[in-house]
Parts: sequence; structure tokens; C-alpha cells
Amino acid sequence: MNFNSISAIYSFEVARAWRTIGQTIAAPVVSTCLYFIVFGTAIGSRMGSIEGVSYAAFIIPGLVMMSLLTQSISNASFGIFFPRFSGTIFEVLSAPISYFEILLGYVGAAASKSLIVGLLILITARLFVDYNIQHPFWMITFLILTAVTFSLFGFILGIVANGFDQLQVVPLMIITPLAFLGGTFYSIDMLPPFWQTVTLFNPVVYLVSGFRWSFYGISDVSILTSVSMISLFLVGCVLIVWQIFATGYRLKD
Amino acid sequence: MSIISIKQLSKTYASGFKALKNINLEIRAGEIFALLGPNGAGKTTLISIICGIVSPSSGEVLAGGHNIISEYRAARSKIGLVPQELTTDAFESVWSTVNFSRGLFGKPKDHAHVEKVLRQLSLWDKKDTRLRALSGGMKRRVLIAKALSHEPEILFLDEPSAGVDVELRRDMWNMVRELRESGVTIILTTHYIEEAEEIADRIGVINGGEIIIVEEKTELMQKLGKKELRLQLKTAMTKVPDDLFDYNLNLEADGTELVYSFDAKQEHTGIAELLRKLYKKDIDFKDLNSSKSSLEEIFVELVKEQ
Ligand SMILES: Nc1ncnc2c1ncn2[C@@H]1O[C@H](COP(=O)(O)OP(=O)(O)OP(=O)(O)O)[C@@H](O)[C@H]1O
Ligand SMILES: [Mg+2]
Repeated sequence: MNFNSISAIYSFEVARAWRTIGQTIAAPVVSTCLYFIVFGTAIGSRMGSIEGVSYAAFIIPGLVMMSLLTQSISNASFGIFFPRFSGTIFEVLSAPISYFEILLGYVGAAASKSLIVGLLILITARLFVDYNIQHPFWMITFLILTAVTFSLFGFILGIVANGFDQLQVVPLMIITPLAFLGGTFYSIDMLPPFWQTVTLFNPVVYLVSGFRWSFYGISDVSILTSVSMISLFLVGCVLIVWQIFATGYRLKD
Repeated sequence: MSIISIKQLSKTYASGFKALKNINLEIRAGEIFALLGPNGAGKTTLISIICGIVSPSSGEVLAGGHNIISEYRAARSKIGLVPQELTTDAFESVWSTVNFSRGLFGKPKDHAHVEKVLRQLSLWDKKDTRLRALSGGMKRRVLIAKALSHEPEILFLDEPSAGVDVELRRDMWNMVRELRESGVTIILTTHYIEEAEEIADRIGVINGGEIIIVEEKTELMQKLGKKELRLQLKTAMTKVPDDLFDYNLNLEADGTELVYSFDAKQEHTGIAELLRKLYKKDIDFKDLNSSKSSLEEIFVELVKEQ
């Protein structure tokens, strides 16, 4: 294992986030906090509690998941797309490192950045809303698993994408709707039976449900189902990345 | 001893275009090798394959005795590449981008070495400048610094003199010679015979994806070093005067141009003597110019010879 190389890529990516701290860290934290203020404290105070949890507290896990997802995807996709676009990828390809090490550098950095954003949102939320965490170990596990899985997904997107517009479309047009319809703002039980079934095809439901369970012990689907679904998605992404590397797709002529 | 050994290397791009056709080439340890060829000859493709940026379609390449595919770590850690395109991270500083390259190639931090390289390339006072604020020539230097940051044994310079002024070119050639002194093997590509002649020990000529000839510079220059002296005559001649027969002169342009071909490498070109004789014979000319055979003509010549 070539630690100098991995650390060079990792530090490069983290330094980039640091330089653009406004976009990569502050922006998602601020915009998510607006949700707490509007939906949590303002509107939420007029709403009843769900399964014994106040509405403001109920939406926190979903909101954290939502920004974790979008941040992981955009960090990782941009991280690998930009060198492809500018041509500086030549240096990474010519370096004495394996694809796995390249992946560790880029995906590790992207996942770290989105984890920091997720944790900052949790800390900031505490200023507005009272919440507790029943299963801290599972909470951290869900955070890491999600950050890594969706950073991998973002990495794939960054390799497949043909332009900057495509990089933005996927998080905006696919992930945000899935997240909104994924039970962030409501419990699945509140939906009519038909829509409950439809919802089960939305992968984000399993993330939000499992994550919320680690906070309050309540969930829409069983915790085992949640963990299995994330793992399945993780394995799927790993297989695709492995295929990309094996063929040099979009990386080498 | 060969430091790079290329055997039956071919490359067909996904478009179906055959960029390299059965290349065989040995680069000797410690030499400066110039790859000379016109646009689209396949120079960059060849270098990119050796460095791991492009996949070969068939054939085998060893760098420092290591197969570039099955032993890519050992092979690539010996190689530094200065690409043809000025691709840099616009928002990085000179200092951070050069240190990044060193780390990327698996070397532990060594600020003293990076400083030495930057000073050598007159980049030290620019070390905190963002790359986008540098001129093209400066960016070229940064790319050289990046390639040297990890102390390669083999250095590729893909068209190093493109967009570079006289002074930087001179500095660059001095640096290349110093590197060779310290044992680094240097392979550079160029369009210009003069450049290959100035710097290289050996020259390989590539055209249409094929290596046409590989020779010691001095030998190749003898073959390529033909020059022409053209005299625009005041009055047209019908035939070359008999007593100038030894000079191998030709009449062109309806007898208004007298063309003398000579070997520019020879001490005694015979030009002064020829002009004196013409003067004595009262053959007047309006103008004269001398030219080297163009790359194009040389290729035609070389291909014919084979
Ligand atoms: N990715 C690619 N896909 C298809 N064809 C390519 C690709 N890259 C290069 N070629 C073609 O391969 C040929 C050789 O290109 P290459 O860049 O190796 O030439 P070169 O000798 O470096 O030329 P130059 O002096 O202009 O830099 C050219 O005809 C080029 O169009
Ligand atoms: Mg080229």
C-alpha cells in the first residue's frame, strides 16, 4: 500500500474544500439549518408529535441524511470529474499507484468532507431543537456507510459525466426528489397503502428510516432491512467502479 | 544497456485509427534521445503508453527492466513526464502542486529537494503564486518541476520548446544536460531538426506511426544535413558552364536560378570558391539564399532509402 500517494490525493482534495469552505461546508450547513427553523420550530410547533417524537426532532435525521447524500455525490463527482476535464488526470494515471489507492484518496476525501458537514448539521441543529441519540454506534455506522456509498456513487458519476451540467442534474433531479419522498418529513405510515408500497422502491427510505431508528428507536422498516439495503447499494457501486477500472473506461484511451 | 525497451508496440484508438504500427525501439541508459516527427506522427501516443496514460493494443514495453503493465509500480516510479499540453490546477500554488507530485509518486516529503528544483528553474520567487497567474512559459517550468520533484531516472519531455522563448530554451537545454550528467535518461519530442541536432545524442524519426530510422546524431545529420544555395541570376542561362561541372550545379526556373547542393556539415563547403569563380566569369546574380531541406523532404528521402 502506497500511503504517500493516497495521502497526497486525500490532502489535495481536503485542501480544495478548505479553500472553498464557503461552498463545500458552510453552504450546506446553513441551508439545512433553514429547514430546522422553518419546518422544525416555526411550523413544527403547530404539529403534533409522531410516535412520541416532536415534529422538529422527527425531521432531523432525514435532513442530515439528505445533505449527506447530496454532499457525498457532489464532492466525489467533482473531485474526479475536474481533473478529467482539465487534463491534470494524466499525472494520477502516470503515478505508481493502483486504482484502489486512487479510489481511497478521492472517495476517502469526499466521504470525510460530507461526514464533517453531517456532523456540523447535527451540532447546529442542537441549538434549535432538543433531540437525543439512543444508539450512537449505529448512528455513526449509518453516517459512515452512507457517506462512503454515495461518495462511490458520485465517483462513478464523475467518471461517466460528459459535462458540468450532468454533474449537477443527478443530485438535483434524482437525489433531492428521492430524499423528499423518502420519509424525511413524514412517517411512511401516514401515506395511503398504495403509496406506502411505491415508497419501498425508494432507496432513500431505508437510509432515513434506519438513521432515524438510531436516534429515537422508531422506524418505518426494520433496521436489518435498512442495513442490508445500504450494503447492497454499496456492493453495487463497488462492482461498477471495479468494472470501470478493469476496462479503463473514460480514463484511458 | 537499454533503459527502455519497446517491442512490437501497436496502438489502435477506439475510433479505429492506427496511431502506432509495430514500433521497436531501444533507449540507452543515460542518453538524450530525440523523437523527431511531424504533427500526428504518434510521438505523444508513444510516450503516453510508456507512462501509463494510454493502453497499448499489442506489444511489450519495459522501463528500467520492468514491464509497464505487470510491474507498473516499479516502472512508473522511475519515470517523470512533462506533457505537451499545459495542464495545471489553476487554483493551486506552485509550491503545493510540486509537493503534491512528489507525494503522488510515493516519495516522502522533502522540502529541500523541492526547493532545489524550484530554484534551478527560477521558480523560487513564484512559489506562492497561483498557477493561473503564471505565463505559459512559467507553466511549462512548473510542469518540469513537477516531473523532477520525485527524482525520476527517466524523463520524458513532450515538445518542451513549444511556446518557450530563447532564454528559457537555453536554460532548459542546460538543465537537460546537467540531468544527463547526473545519470538521468532524457527522451524528448520535437518537430525541428535543429533542436534534435542541438541537444540529442541519438535521434529517432517517426512518421505515420512508424519509426523510420534511429541513428547517432552525427550520422543522421550527415544524411539530413544537405543544404542548398540558390542564386537568382540576372540573365538566364541555357546550360551550366563546363568548367563548373565539378560543383554539381542545377539550373532551375527556366535557367534563372542556379542551385548548388552541398553538405552543411563539411568544413569546406566550397561556396566562397564557387562565388569567386562566378564573379570571374561575369555571371551576375540579383539575390541569393540558402536553405536546409525541409522535414517533409527528409522523410521522403529517408523512406526512399529504406
Ligand atoms: N484519443 C484519440 N483517439 C483517436 N485518435 C487519436 C487519439 N489521440 C491521438 N489520436 C490520433 O493519433 C495520431 C497520433 O497522435 P499523437 O498525439 O501521438 O501525435 P504527435 O506525434 O504527438 O503529434 P504532435 O506533434 O501534433 O503533438 C493523430 O493522428 C491523432 O489524431
Ligand atoms: Mg504530441
